[in-house]
Amino acid sequence: MSAAKTYMKFDWLMIFIFIALVSMGWINIYSASLSDSAQGYFDFKQIYGKQMIWIGLSFILIIFILAIESKFYENYASIIYLVSLLSLAGLFVFGRTIAGTTAWYDFGGFSIQPSEFAKAATGLALAKYVSDIQTNMQELKHQIRAFIILALPVILIILQPDPGSVLVYAAFVFPLYREGLHGVYLLLGLFATVIFVSTLAFGAVWAAVAVILIAVVVYYRNRKKRPNILKYIMIVVACIGFAFSVSYIFNNVFKQHHRDRFNIVLGKEVDSRGIGYNTNQSEIAISNGGWLGKGWTQGTQTKGNFVPEQHTDYIFSTVGEEWGFVGSMIVVLLFTGLILRIIYKAEKQKNQFGRVYGYSVAAIIFLHFFVNIGMVTGIFPTVGIPLPFFSYGGSGLWGFTILLFIFIKLDAANYYYI
Amino acid sequence: MRKFVLIALVLLSGVLFTARLFYLQVLDSSPESLEQNSAIKVMYDYPQRGYIFDRNDNLLVSNQPSYDVMVIPRDVKPLDTLEFCKLLKISTEDFKEVLRKAEIYSPRLPSVVVPQLNKADYASLSEKMYKYEGFYIQRRSLRDYQVNHSANVLGYIAEVNNAIIKKNPYYQMGELIGTAGVEKEYEEVLRGVKGVKYIQRDRFNRDIGPYKDGIFDTIPERGKDIQLTIDAVLQEYGERLMVNKRGGIVAIEPSSGEILALVTAPSYDPSLLVGRDRSKNFTKLWYDTISKPLYDRGLMGEYPPGSPFKALTALIALQENVTTEDDRINCPGGYYYNGRRLMKCHGAHGATSMVYGIAKSCNTYFATLYRRSVDNYSTIQEGTDKWKEHLTSFGLGNFLGYDLPSGRRGLIPDSKFYNRFYNFPKYRWFSTATISNSIGQGEINLTPIQMANFTAAIANRGWYFTPHVIKNIVGTDTIPQKFKEKHHTTIDPKHFEPVVEGMFQVYESGTASYLRIPGIEICGKTGTAENFTRIDGKRVQLTDHSIFVAFAPKDNPKIALAVFVENGYWGSRWAGRIAGLMIEKYIKGEITRKDMEKFILEGSLEDEYAKPYSGKPFTINR
Repeated sequence: MSAAKTYMKFDWLMIFIFIALVSMGWINIYSASLSDSAQGYFDFKQIYGKQMIWIGLSFILIIFILAIESKFYENYASIIYLVSLLSLAGLFVFGRTIAGTTAWYDFGGFSIQPSEFAKAATGLALAKYVSDIQTNMQELKHQIRAFIILALPVILIILQPDPGSVLVYAAFVFPLYREGLHGVYLLLGLFATVIFVSTLAFGAVWAAVAVILIAVVVYYRNRKKRPNILKYIMIVVACIGFAFSVSYIFNNVFKQHHRDRFNIVLGKEVDSRGIGYNTNQSEIAISNGGWLGKGWTQGTQTKGNFVPEQHTDYIFSTVGEEWGFVGSMIVVLLFTGLILRIIYKAEKQKNQFGRVYGYSVAAIIFLHFFVNIGMVTGIFPTVGIPLPFFSYGGSGLWGFTILLFIFIKLDAANYYYI
Repeated sequence: MRKFVLIALVLLSGVLFTARLFYLQVLDSSPESLEQNSAIKVMYDYPQRGYIFDRNDNLLVSNQPSYDVMVIPRDVKPLDTLEFCKLLKISTEDFKEVLRKAEIYSPRLPSVVVPQLNKADYASLSEKMYKYEGFYIQRRSLRDYQVNHSANVLGYIAEVNNAIIKKNPYYQMGELIGTAGVEKEYEEVLRGVKGVKYIQRDRFNRDIGPYKDGIFDTIPERGKDIQLTIDAVLQEYGERLMVNKRGGIVAIEPSSGEILALVTAPSYDPSLLVGRDRSKNFTKLWYDTISKPLYDRGLMGEYPPGSPFKALTALIALQENVTTEDDRINCPGGYYYNGRRLMKCHGAHGATSMVYGIAKSCNTYFATLYRRSVDNYSTIQEGTDKWKEHLTSFGLGNFLGYDLPSGRRGLIPDSKFYNRFYNFPKYRWFSTATISNSIGQGEINLTPIQMANFTAAIANRGWYFTPHVIKNIVGTDTIPQKFKEKHHTTIDPKHFEPVVEGMFQVYESGTASYLRIPGIEICGKTGTAENFTRIDGKRVQLTDHSIFVAFAPKDNPKIALAVFVENGYWGSRWAGRIAGLMIEKYIKGEITRKDMEKFILEGSLEDEYAKPYSGKPFTINR
């Protein structure tokens, strides 16, 4: 097939949303990082100037990604995955430590965060393994192998340690579920979350009491079916054990700043000047926006640098303050639109590899979007992960660009499979 | 199913964020004021308070700069408390207490640490202020009194308290507000409007320039000067005359209602309530419950008016057509009813006409007129209410409506009052029961300013303007409309002449004949009012109050006044002399009756006031 024909088949809607998000991201980074020493839009000493370089370079990257033969990604998935693992492992030798986390390679003027690229690599590897004709996701053996593919980068990232990035790997449960993983895993995850949250909110003892009560009620309602009482007891014991271990980990393994982050969201902390400061300032900034916002570069919280990390993880608070409800809604709609489009396209893939990879991309972007905006608007705990395409940072932008455009390439090539 | 889980989650989170953003941005965004925005620092620029002049353009009150040390608790960094307290000249305990209170008031809004530093303190402090983050010096304008009198008229300014801030959002902690006198009454005129500057700050509280290039900033608007109707010379003289006495003088220009002098005694120097010693001095004045220097007796003192009230009794009788100028009433030395003496008179005056009755203050004469007036109707209730209606038209029995913030209604009883008092209709009551009203005793209470006002109405032969102290708001050249409206009494102007003649005769041949001022035709009326107090639970009669009302000249009067001296005995002894001196001072500008002046200036009633505490007997009407 000729390159010209492939070009016609690119999904331009996704590319349009990508460009829209990246441009809006830059506009807000400009506002959030504007300082007195700034010299015009093209001042490359400034944060927004650097981001402009990253954006420019990402377009070159896109051309490369789209130019490469689509089969390359499938055939070389394992190698890409291995290189990615090596780059993560290499951090422990050559990496640079910032704020206690060893996550960067330093190349003089700029630094690279390999964990941002590992997402795409893991997605490719997982897609490759799951799409193998011999793999059956309903078999425990294959399930374990799939989980090992996920666990390797997760372990390396935990050791950095970067808990935010680890969380992202939970997203891969969605493509696996789509490919036949039993729904009980999703339910288990959900149930574990409920016990987890209620343990933190009300204490392990009350969580245990609630579990026992629920079990008794369920058993009583099902008594005519003569349920196996041993099974019930085992589940209850497991749940209570989970609750107490959560309690133990929370109190003895977590550091104070982790605990604080959960306590804020659970309403246990109201000190707006202490640990709740980030979320509080971010909420104030968003509330300031009103319907239409204060206008570009006019946000008072933004100008006064009240929101920490505003150009990275908290960039959405700038959107809220300066562009108001209308601007925030446009961003939310663009993200949901993009994710739904990716899912739609993934379902259309004729080979399983494309579908699994597409689902992985959708799930990863969704998890970032969900956790990040949830955090900035004060619904979820503070977990430091960026807003895709929006937040400042070269590695992040490139990582997401690669993630998305490999799928766009696979999708375009999809038309030529018979 | 497997296809839709992620789609459902994406849609769900879209809805969740929409709802959350709608709540935060649309529902929850109570119109945020710039004052509440932590990113905006608000700076105030206080304008000069308006000056106060007397009626002859003498400056009474101007301004001096003063400096308050302020704190914004949120911005305070650890500091050398000991050294700072030494600079501020306060104890560390006081300092900590102030900080604690400031934190409670608001961590973000400024509170006062030390108020009203003078220039010298400011100079030594200002060069070291940079060391103490969160503290700064706010320049304010403070009153500078050019005179040591008129404290009760001028009033004072004080820091606003929390109650005022809650009621009136214009004021911020540490700001000053007029809390008494004209400072309170004309607060908004004198105050002007403070200017506001909004400054954008970063999260380290550093100023990073004006907010939105200053489009919301306002410039201060200077307070307006006001001119009072007070005559500084007369006021100062009045206060000098009242030294060592208690009571009040109210002098009004009858043709305009302008208050020429409003004296209360004892008083205080207004500059006591300025500067760092303000609170110490104020506490001293406030807790002086014996001489009550903060209590304006001219406006607040409710006293039985005594004999001056007889002029009104005469006017009502003439208006009610129950007597004529020449009608003669026999005085056998008291008022007799069915052979019983209801009221004693100081002497047997014989056949008494109106002029003679007023001149000699004959009780019998006025008791007769009073009974005839209130019995002129089918019921005593109707007669009493009619009587009250006449008195109300003189501005008695209710707030006069003058432009000073303190006052009392006084009391003119009506039929409802007596019905309740005598438990009507179970028991009936008649004019004999209320006969003390005829001579200004009984249930009647008037404030000195009300007495001065009815004297002015008599001087005008039937009308008055509401008394006021505002002569002009400089720049607007106007005074409130209500002070330009003439009030007519219910008494026909023609009835005033005999009463005025009677009051003239008080000086020519009556109770004040020894107080005549050469060259001025004064009309006046003495008064001596009984009064009582409780000592150890027993009702004890004190020495009578000395009362005098007067106006002069007889024709085309320039001044009408009421003088009240507590426990001064005969009306002519203290009050009469003071009234004469005030009239002479105002009309002639100098005193010819040096004997009278000497008597008053050297005389003191302090012994009399000490009697309830010293246990000496009261000399009652002896």
